[in-house]
Amino acid sequence: MLRHRNLVIGAVLALAFLLAAVVSLFWTPFDVAEIDIANKLKKPGDSIYLFGTDHFGRDILSMIMVGARTSIAVALVAVGIGMLFGVPLGLAAASRHGGVLDELIMRTNDLVFAFPALLIAVMITAVFGPSAINAIIAIGIFNIPVFARLTRGAALSVWQRDFILAARVAGKTATRISLEHILPNLLNLLIVQGTIQFSLGILAEAGLSYVGLGAQPPTPSWGRMLAESQTMISFAPHLALFPGFAIVLTVLGLNLFGDGLRDYFDPRIRRGSR
Amino acid sequence: MTLLHVQDLALSINGTPILRDIDFSLTAGQVLGIIGESGSGKSLTAFSIMRLLPPGSLVSGRIALDGDDLGARTETQMCELRGNDIAMIFQEPMTALNPVQTIGDQVAETVRIHRQVSRAQARQIAAATLERVELPNDQFPLSRYPHELSGGQRQRVVIAMAIALRPRLLIADEPTTALDVTTQAQILLLLKKLVAQDGMSLILISHDLAVVAHTADTIVIMRQGRVVEAGDTQRVLAEMQHPYTRQLFDASGHVPVRSAMSTGREVLLKVQGVSRDYPTPRKTLLGKPGFFRALERVSFELYRGEKLGLVGESGCGKSTLTRAILGLEACQEGSISIGGDQIAAGQLMPRAVRRKMQVVFQDPYGSFNPRHKVGRLVAEPFYILDQQPRGTARRAAVSAALESVGLTADDASKYIHEFSGGQRQRIAIARALITRPELIVLDEAVSALDVSIRAQILDLLSELSADHELSYLFISHDLTVVRAVTDRILVMKDGVIVEQGTTEAVFQKPQHPYTRELIAAVPVLEPAS
Repeated sequence: MLRHRNLVIGAVLALAFLLAAVVSLFWTPFDVAEIDIANKLKKPGDSIYLFGTDHFGRDILSMIMVGARTSIAVALVAVGIGMLFGVPLGLAAASRHGGVLDELIMRTNDLVFAFPALLIAVMITAVFGPSAINAIIAIGIFNIPVFARLTRGAALSVWQRDFILAARVAGKTATRISLEHILPNLLNLLIVQGTIQFSLGILAEAGLSYVGLGAQPPTPSWGRMLAESQTMISFAPHLALFPGFAIVLTVLGLNLFGDGLRDYFDPRIRRGSR
Repeated sequence: MTLLHVQDLALSINGTPILRDIDFSLTAGQVLGIIGESGSGKSLTAFSIMRLLPPGSLVSGRIALDGDDLGARTETQMCELRGNDIAMIFQEPMTALNPVQTIGDQVAETVRIHRQVSRAQARQIAAATLERVELPNDQFPLSRYPHELSGGQRQRVVIAMAIALRPRLLIADEPTTALDVTTQAQILLLLKKLVAQDGMSLILISHDLAVVAHTADTIVIMRQGRVVEAGDTQRVLAEMQHPYTRQLFDASGHVPVRSAMSTGREVLLKVQGVSRDYPTPRKTLLGKPGFFRALERVSFELYRGEKLGLVGESGCGKSTLTRAILGLEACQEGSISIGGDQIAAGQLMPRAVRRKMQVVFQDPYGSFNPRHKVGRLVAEPFYILDQQPRGTARRAAVSAALESVGLTADDASKYIHEFSGGQRQRIAIARALITRPELIVLDEAVSALDVSIRAQILDLLSELSADHELSYLFISHDLTVVRAVTDRILVMKDGVIVEQGTTEAVFQKPQHPYTRELIAAVPVLEPAS
């Protein structure tokens, strides 16, 4: 496993942020809700504040840690929604290949695909008000067709195998075959796609928060930290730098991890990456 | 005059020795047959000559073409040689051609790589070469695409690509294995003709002793990366100095010991006037979709305890019939009755009827879910029973089934990738037997196996049918095997059963012209006198 450099680098980056998020549940260097105007806009390393402070005197490191929690929670639940609905829909479509159900599922998919994801997210928050929950739902909905399409395509090729015929001879129903025989053979693929969608989810959450449609203050969020730093970027660049790095490194880490996992699972590519 | 001389060839890949002490030579204008079972190293010997080896390969020894040491050549010099002096044809004609290029372009491409000729000249050579492989230009213009051709015709195109530059050496790796028996006979005849016309040498690699025995002047028999016996074909087959040669020979024509032919007249399976249509795509936007009739009023009976063979070439409707009998697809006309329960056209088969049948498929690698353990795989058919055995009873049944096919009870806790092809086919049979079905459908069940493994599986089936009083429908394209194991056969062509009768009667006095053609095409292996 250590041969796969991408996998290791990706895993280290992703785990670092996961760790930051978990630790922030119990402890952060400073309280992120506490306003301390006396210590506002400290430069990194200037004082006891490692990453400096923002215009309210809040500790940036603590905010990045809590922001990691927000990002990961939103992306994780969104991917969960996508898988929970998308995978069964894809399996169902594949088991009725060419039938009415297949057409219905896939055409509805196409319909959802036809709208830009962030635009719909903006609409949802415009109707129901901006909040982390609405961001989760919006991102989650757009994960459904991704997983449905992927699952259907891969499931169709598994349906062609002889062991499926053997299961049909044993009188198993399409649903049972889908769960017992098809799904376990798709797990690798779904894990890889899940990782990549997870990174896209983090990006989407940052984007929504940046325009003020994600998690609401006082909950820290990387996207909103970027937005707030905008007016002060000339004299306090560190305000933008740290959340920016956090987003880039997490997304990069997860993508490398996803690519690495795919190489690891696929024996044909595995040979080449030695 | 010796064209190819291979001396002390050894090959290892990533440190694992694959080939050792390979020595043989080939006279110009002659045919050399290399015979071996899967994993014997016969293909890698050919790839060593072409120097098309996977990364990590280490070759030693000397390969000389017409006195010219190929080991001394650089990769660029080898590229000049490949396709020009040495050409190769492969087993699978379906994947050896590029589907988006016309056959003319593909043949012309080989010419243009090696010769400084214009596009028009290359196409002229391509057209002439296609004529030589008996694809006349008026019927098969250069603008045809591979998908418009049958398997045999595609293999002819592959041969045309190989011989377009009149190479001195042609290597054919299992060129007829994927083809039907009548097509196989035609392709072998074509290869022989081309060898005679061009004075070319041919290395014919095959697992089938009978195919090689009729074509090759000299043969090399390989096993586990070594040459076990080599020499003049007639002499090798007459003397069979090495026990493995004898073993291979016996396995090729193996006839399992059989219980007396069943005399019961109780009908187990009755297929009456079954037709099956598949829709074809619409020709016009609003037109009705057409239909392709895969089965045309097929009727036959299978008696209890009988071993019935069904033979026919690819596309004749064998698989469609299997699916209809197994109740996987409903038919459009006629009825199927099993043990007295009748299923009419358009009806789905109830579980109670399905339970009476089981099936063994061709591909020992594709017929198992790689993520389940053998115990679970073998027990899968229990699902069709109303009362599934549980716990100890279930484990005992799995152990018994595995032991009945010559495996051990411990094998239940292993994964399928730990088993060889032959062992997997045993597991497939164990899975078919576990519910004690009345009828077992063997769909090309031994076609993918090596001859020695095939002989063992045939023996196993024969023992099992004596012990369990089994009835089976044996579907195969291999007439030799069908003749060895069945009591009665049905011959199928284009969805119609053209002939049926007791096996010996049909083989000795075939009535239908198609049956005669099929039987005549089978390469026969007779002990040389």
